[in-house]
Parts: sequence; C-alpha cells; structure tokens
Amino acid sequence: MKFSDQFESRFAEMVPHYPTRRSALVPTLLYAQDEVGFLSDEVIQELAGRLELTELEVRNVISYYSMLITKPRGKYNVQVCTNIACMLRGGEELLGHCEKKLGIGHKGTTPDGLFSLEEVECIGACSWAPAVQVNYDFHENLTAEKMDRVLEEYRRKT
Amino acid sequence: MADLVSHSDEVRVVSKRFGKGATNLDRYLELDGYKAVQKALGMQPDAIINEVKNSGLRGRGGAGFSTGMKWSFVPKPSAKPKYVLCNGDESEPGTCKDRLIFEHDPHAVIEGVVIAGLAVGSHTGYIYIRGEYRYLLEIMQKAIADAYAHGFLGKNIFGSGYDFDVYWHGGAGAYEVGEESALMESLEGKRGIPRIRPPFPAVVGLWGGPTVINNAETLASVPHIMLGGAEWFARLGPPKNGGTRLFCLSGNLERPGVYELPMGYNLKKMIYDVGGGIPHGRKLKAVVPGGSSTPVLTPDEIDVGMDFDSVAKTGSMLGSGGVVVLDDTTCMVKFALRTMKFYQHESCGWCIPCREGTDWLRKTLTRLHAGGGLKKDIDNMYYLSENMLGRTFCPLGDAAAMPTMAFIKKFRREFEDHLQGRPCPFEKAGAVEPVMA
Repeated sequence: MKFSDQFESRFAEMVPHYPTRRSALVPTLLYAQDEVGFLSDEVIQELAGRLELTELEVRNVISYYSMLITKPRGKYNVQVCTNIACMLRGGEELLGHCEKKLGIGHKGTTPDGLFSLEEVECIGACSWAPAVQVNYDFHENLTAEKMDRVLEEYRRKT
Repeated sequence: MADLVSHSDEVRVVSKRFGKGATNLDRYLELDGYKAVQKALGMQPDAIINEVKNSGLRGRGGAGFSTGMKWSFVPKPSAKPKYVLCNGDESEPGTCKDRLIFEHDPHAVIEGVVIAGLAVGSHTGYIYIRGEYRYLLEIMQKAIADAYAHGFLGKNIFGSGYDFDVYWHGGAGAYEVGEESALMESLEGKRGIPRIRPPFPAVVGLWGGPTVINNAETLASVPHIMLGGAEWFARLGPPKNGGTRLFCLSGNLERPGVYELPMGYNLKKMIYDVGGGIPHGRKLKAVVPGGSSTPVLTPDEIDVGMDFDSVAKTGSMLGSGGVVVLDDTTCMVKFALRTMKFYQHESCGWCIPCREGTDWLRKTLTRLHAGGGLKKDIDNMYYLSENMLGRTFCPLGDAAAMPTMAFIKKFRREFEDHLQGRPCPFEKAGAVEPVMA
C-alpha cells in the first residue's frame, strides 16, 4: 500500500509524539482517508499493521467518528449544518435546496461521483449561519443563490 | 475564514491580536508574544498557580471551574509523566469562538499550554483540534514548527534549562470527545468513551499520568494574566468571574458574530445593543445563553449579567459562550426536537440512561411535533429527563436532559398546542414531518 510522501513524513513525525503507537490512530485515519477517498480494507490492514493493532481494533475506532467512512463517496462532500443556529437562519431550507439541486439525499452521491451530500451537526460556524462545509472548506452566510455559485465553482474545478 | 465584527463595548483581551497577522511569529513577537512565558519561567510554580487563582479565571469550555484550582490538584511528585492537554474539540452547538483563537492567535494557545506546564511541572503538552477544523490544524502545525525553530519549544526553552514539547493532534468528528475524559481516550487512539471518575484527570489522566485539561480560550487567557496581572484580569469582571469572554451571538439577530465582552455583561444589552436586536420587526421569544445544553431563558429572564454565578441563579448556565437567539416565529417543539436529534446522534452509547434516554426523547418529540403526540408524552418526557440527570458517566446525558426540562417547563403551552393531531402552528403547509409508527 503506497501513500504520498507527505503522508509518510507526517506519519513519521507523529508517531514519536506519543508514548504509545496507537495514539496516532485517529489523525492518521483521517489523513489516509483524505488520500484514498475512504478507509478501504487495504488501508485498514496497512494502518493496523503500522500501529500494532488488530484490524478489528481499528474498525472499532472508525465506527465511532462521524468523519471516518469505509465506503467511497463523491469527490466533494457537501456538508450542510442544520443544527440550532443554522436552523434558525435557514439551514434546513438550504439542505432542501441542495437535495433538489444535486438530486440526492442525505449521504447520497451524484451518479457522476462528483458530489455527496450530508446533513451534519454543528460545524462551529454559528455566528455565520447558515453554513456548509465542502470537504474542509467553510462556506458561510449562505443563501440558495450563493449555494448555487459554490456548487458551480466546485463543478468547474474538475 | 470567518468574518470579524466589532462593537464599542468590547474589551479586547483574548481577541486583542485578531486580524493583526499574529499567526506570523515575528508579528506575534511584536505584539508582546512569548513575553508571558518568559516571565513565568522566572516564577515558582506555586506563584504561577496563585496568580491564575487570584485572576478569577474560570474554565471557558462551559463548566466554569477555577483554572488555578484545577492546576493545584496535580500532585507535585509523580512517578508518571505529567501532561497538559488543550481542548480544542469545540463542538457545542452555538459555539464558534475557539475557531477564531486558532485562526488568529495560535501562539497564544501554545504559550498558555507552556505556562500551564510550568505551573504543574509537566514537560509535554498536546493541542487537540476537532477534525472539521482542518485549516486550523494546519495553522497550528505551522505555529508549533515556528516556535520550535526559534527555540521557544523543545529542549532548554528560552535558555532556561526547562524542556517543553508541544504536539498537535486532530480529531475526526465527535461532540462527545469535547468531554475531558473522552478527549483523553480519543488522544490515546480509542473510541471517545468517557472514563468513570474518580480518579480525576489531574491525578490519573493521559496514559495514566496526571493531566491538566483546559479549553483553548482558557489557555489563551493565561498569557494575558501573566502580563497584565491577576488583579487587572479579576477586575475586568464581577467578583469570582475574572476577565472577558468571547460570546458567540447567533440565531435571529441583526448582527450575529463573536464579540469579546467583560464577564457579567448584561444579556439584554448583548442581544439588543451588541447583536443589533431581532430583525424583520419580530419579537424575542427565547435565548439559549451558553450553548445547546444550557436551559433556555424567556424574555423576562434576560436582564441578567453574563457571568457564571449570575446565570446560574436563573437556573441556567453560562456554558460555552454560545448565545443563540430565537424570534417569535420559532416553534419551541421543533427547536427542542432539533436539539435532541443532536444529542441522540452524539451519545456514545456507553451508558444506558443517555443512550436510551436521548433516543426516546427524540422519538417522542418527533411524534409530538408531527401532531401524533399524546397528552402524557409531555410529562413522560419531563420524567425521563429528570431521571437522566446525574445518572450518566459523563455530562452528555445532563446536557440533553437539562434543556429539555426547561423547554417543557417554560413553553408547555406550545407542547400542548401540538397535541390531538393538530399541525404545528409554526410550520408552513406541507412541511410537516410524517407521524412516527
């Protein structure tokens, strides 16, 4: 299993930070997922070996964290917050708009594999609600029109 | 990048360097950076702890426990290494302040971690940042690397003979991990399941060593206390509530944003003056004063100083500084339901009162909001919440129960208005959720 040089150097830097190898697990899983797209059997096997854990122990951790996934999804994951602060400023309507626009529901992926949609819990953008995260990028103070422009930008990126 | 706001009543302490390019180490040094830690290096550990105790600094994560007191619980001699852990897993709905600290002033957090380490005799600190805040983790990674390159971290910091390492750590999405014992589990590479206490982290924490865990805003306040003095900091707020607070104003407000105001600032003024009041000529209906887990306040309860003790007197909590404002078009049942949906989703499932309690509350609220509620549901929900309180491993169960009880107690009429198949009075036609089987 081959990861990028950046992943390898970060991994090599991280492991000696802790008295136990497994402590590096959670951030390592997320960095691996960013490269591969999801935590495949191969990735899990590889990281379990590196951190001296069983595959079961790694899966046990993966299932706890909402950002970690074991199945592929779209290139751009559109995460719409509908928690209280966003809800009060149209977060649910924004989610509905995205559903219609992309033709998919919660945790769905467009047939071209470009977008996935997810209704998420508070992403820490309450004062700039409603807010959406596309992969790691924040988009704030959104309206339906602004959202369309955001989606269009990502579509054009490919 | 989140927008910054300002208001003339603001007292900028923690946010002093926001928007001034302080992520750059040279710029940070120009703005009095790393002076506090050098001062602390010349002090006895007990003197640092006393200074922080006297400043009246209380935990900004939500519990409001005296920071100096917390540090003093760490045993002096320890067979195992001691640790400092910065909690940057900010995820309480309504809260978005640590994000600005990491974005604009990451070195202040590092400095706070080192000073905490000096106070308790630790040589290692970790800064845990939630997974969604990837850009902030990158800012922090660079800040730490720059500090090492200047000899501010690592062996013999500032030529003092004291060694101190600071490491970054990223999460992967879990509200529960913001709870201190779950945070340690997560850092150790496990599921974020809380530990039973005692023993408290100050005695048995990370990898069994004594551990000080503080919120990012708490730690970012510490360097200012070291430089400005405990007395100055204490006097910024009312007695026993030293300093300022980053208040995150959100919801139905004209000017939402994160404002740094003195502790004890009047909530009514915060809403109508700082936040600009309620837009569209609507009226205020309710305020969640300190993040989603704090009991809701009604308009006649908001003439209160926003400090830990004054808000506690109203039966609510100052919490994490997330002030969520609701206007009169908000359905309280729906608001309660959305709150519970969150807690049910985030409950780790380790202990039964929380796992089952949040699930039943969510189901009952869903049914009630959809018009299929029974009269006894209202009392049942209250009874269920009452029985979750104090019966869980960690405060997540309380965080779900407390606001639910307040919603029912203060807005009972609205719950009753949903009974007997009536459609939600606030819902647009056709938008009603299906009745639960």
